[in-house]
Amino acid sequence: MLSLASVSPSASLSLQKNFKTNWKRGTSSRINFLGSDFSKTKSYTRTSMTVAVKVSRFNDITMAPPDPILGVSEAFKADTNEMKLNLGVGAYRTEDLQPYVLNVVKKAENLMLERGENKEYLPIEGLAAFNKVTAELLLGADNAVIQQQRVATVQGLSGTGSLRLAAALIERYFPGAKVLISSPTWGNHKNIFNDARVPWSEYRYYDPKTVGLDFDGMISDIKAAPDGSFVLLHGCAHNPTGIDPTPEQWEKIADVIQEKNQIPFFDVAYQGFASGSLDEDASSVRLFAARGMELFVAQSYSKNLGLYAERIGAINVVCASSDAAARVKSQLKRLARPMYSNPSIHGARIVANVVGSPELFNQWKEEMEMMAGRIKSVRQKLYDSLCAKDKSGKDWSFILKQIGMFSFTGLSKTQTENMTSKWHVYMTKDGRISLAGLSSAKCEYLADAIVDSYHNVK
Amino acid sequence: MSVSGDHSNSVFANVVQAPEDPILGVTVAYNKDPSPDKLNLGVGAYRTEEGKPLVLNVVRKAEQLLVNDPSRVKEYLPITGLADFNKLSAKLIFGADSVAIQENRVTTVQCLSGTGSLRVGGEFLARHYHERTIYIPQPTWGNHPKVFTLAGLSVKTYRYYNPNTRGLDFEGLLEDLGNAPTGAIVLLHACAHNPTGVDPTSDQWEHIRLLMRSKGLLPFFDSAYQGFASGSLDADASSVRIFVADGGECLAAQSYAKNMGLYGERVGALSIVCKTAEVASRVESQLKLVIRPMYSNPPIHGASIVATVLKDRGMYDEWTIELKAMADRIISMRKELFDALQARGTPGDWSHILKQIGMFTFTGLNADQVAFMRKEYHIYMTSDGRISMAGLSSRTVPHLADAIHAAISNVA
Repeated sequence: MLSLASVSPSASLSLQKNFKTNWKRGTSSRINFLGSDFSKTKSYTRTSMTVAVKVSRFNDITMAPPDPILGVSEAFKADTNEMKLNLGVGAYRTEDLQPYVLNVVKKAENLMLERGENKEYLPIEGLAAFNKVTAELLLGADNAVIQQQRVATVQGLSGTGSLRLAAALIERYFPGAKVLISSPTWGNHKNIFNDARVPWSEYRYYDPKTVGLDFDGMISDIKAAPDGSFVLLHGCAHNPTGIDPTPEQWEKIADVIQEKNQIPFFDVAYQGFASGSLDEDASSVRLFAARGMELFVAQSYSKNLGLYAERIGAINVVCASSDAAARVKSQLKRLARPMYSNPSIHGARIVANVVGSPELFNQWKEEMEMMAGRIKSVRQKLYDSLCAKDKSGKDWSFILKQIGMFSFTGLSKTQTENMTSKWHVYMTKDGRISLAGLSSAKCEYLADAIVDSYHNVK
Repeated sequence: MSVSGDHSNSVFANVVQAPEDPILGVTVAYNKDPSPDKLNLGVGAYRTEEGKPLVLNVVRKAEQLLVNDPSRVKEYLPITGLADFNKLSAKLIFGADSVAIQENRVTTVQCLSGTGSLRVGGEFLARHYHERTIYIPQPTWGNHPKVFTLAGLSVKTYRYYNPNTRGLDFEGLLEDLGNAPTGAIVLLHACAHNPTGVDPTSDQWEHIRLLMRSKGLLPFFDSAYQGFASGSLDADASSVRIFVADGGECLAAQSYAKNMGLYGERVGALSIVCKTAEVASRVESQLKLVIRPMYSNPPIHGASIVATVLKDRGMYDEWTIELKAMADRIISMRKELFDALQARGTPGDWSHILKQIGMFTFTGLNADQVAFMRKEYHIYMTSDGRISMAGLSSRTVPHLADAIHAAISNVA
């Protein structure tokens, strides 16, 4: 470690005076940087008066806690027990519990490689071909809002990045407006709004008594919120609960939001992954759009196209007019430029190729049905195992009613800790398990763990 | 329910149309121009002699390997990005023998190219550093003030460019940094200053270092052209390395957009060199809290390409050769443009074209002259008179020289 001469304030002042005179005369600092050996530089500076700072300027910084969701995988990796099971992150696994790269994605990448496309900067708003297909996928190509050019679509860094851009827009153009988020919701939502300086509050959503939707609570809380608030809704496959409103309930939610002149803000991270059908999973968004409402929709291709690490998604803002959409898009660009300038090409091209080619698109739909199908069958198997092992008469049917990658088990924090410490089952502390990380082979083991934790731990 | 174009019903009625980004907007305007003589000298993206974008051979090779590797998956990277990429990036900028790296005093996180690295660094400092002012050179890259302002810092400037000499205003720089409050953050372009192309000499860098250290000013390097400026990766990192070698702390934002031609893949890294390994570890944990609510974790593709190239001796050497070829072509364009202006007898001293370094030349043309060149000659550049030499070729130099000559002669 280099030792540094300490510099007293008066010494540093005279040091500054010396700079001006010395450099004019020509100093003794004959450092040749071209191809030099930097050990020579070290010995030079050891004798020179340098840093006034002895202690790190970052000394008061505390160690931040690990991310509650992503930290689970880290803990899982460190566990050496052979029975360990990772039900933490929502990343799809095959029956062999391996990560899965979709065949259509491999095909698209090979096509891209053959074409030898360049790597020039995308426009700030992203790849035009991607923006077109993503809006059409969400709303339907023949949707009036698209025909009338009333959607501002900007490519974003998956769901998180798209939510963050929207949050930045809300902060700038709707100062003081609140975002209402469900209780519970994805753990990162509040972080996004906090960092974007957008105030938020919660609306009731999960009813622990029924392990279902607290619909009356939800409606009351949305009604009680100020007019002009943003209401964050999960388009399908609510994370972490897996509990979605029924179509009739969606209509009532839309009624209240319209009454209160609130703005729906959809987070769509599982289109196609929830039911297996892309159109069905977009029906909540389309219902609201069909009413002529203005809305925000953040999309992610992490799960449905398995493009997790490519960070590909979009923020869509459906506006009352094409003029408003153009203006909104220009302002979203103004927020993206000082964040990362323009988004990454690779994932965008993959999506544009898959969704833009009828053959690949059909293949994609098949693979998606397969993934959603595996999750449904694992739900069934888990349910059957729980019923077989638990003789208490507890109703486990919520496992079948919930939809998507996750199940909210209803386990408490201490019960969840037991799952991990005794059974080496890794999950988030809110009781959420990722069924995408469960194999049929492990269903019985998991059922044992759940039954034990539920009944024997308070 | 009918939907009309009635603006009064829109919650976005007060959202105005934003102007195009001044730099990226140049390309937008260029694309709209139907003239066959048009020339895009706006964005700093390398072009071949044929005027085409270039994907390096070594990058294509790396991509082939990656796409054809059946064991590769697309799982989320850690919040801090690809570990190999981070280690290799730190070595690239600080030197493979860097004591700071050996002592684990450096935390490196993968970010979205240079912009993303600057933004994450800025947000981190705004939250955790006691001095919330950053000094940026006058002039600097147009996006710098916006990045740091939105990150939560307040932005001041220090003198840098002397329009009379078209060189460095070294006295002004020393005076302004000398007057900065103790501990203030100072943005430094590691090499190939954008937009001026004017860099301090090694002696001047040493004096800047001594001044900054005596006042406890915190250096924040923007390194977007390592290897691209002089053709040597080590030479272009020397400014950063003298600061790290003295044992002090600093931040460094790296971009692979230009030197590996990975523009659209958005590959970069933010390194923070700390006093101790323990501090570096705490700093890293807090960087994660900045990143997670911004985009969760960075994109894998570009970083994998970089890691593949940097870790393989053969590919690394190939890269340095391709990089030097790009740098050399730009240097030859400088000579050709200078000679063309001399040949036309264009009034003025144009030697700054040869002296300035890197992708850009700060021509000294004013906004009216720039507008004239756009209108009459279909030459596209930013209104500050900055031209991207990377966008020139032997074929197009005469047209540019004609345009400059006409602008100087006809427009005050």
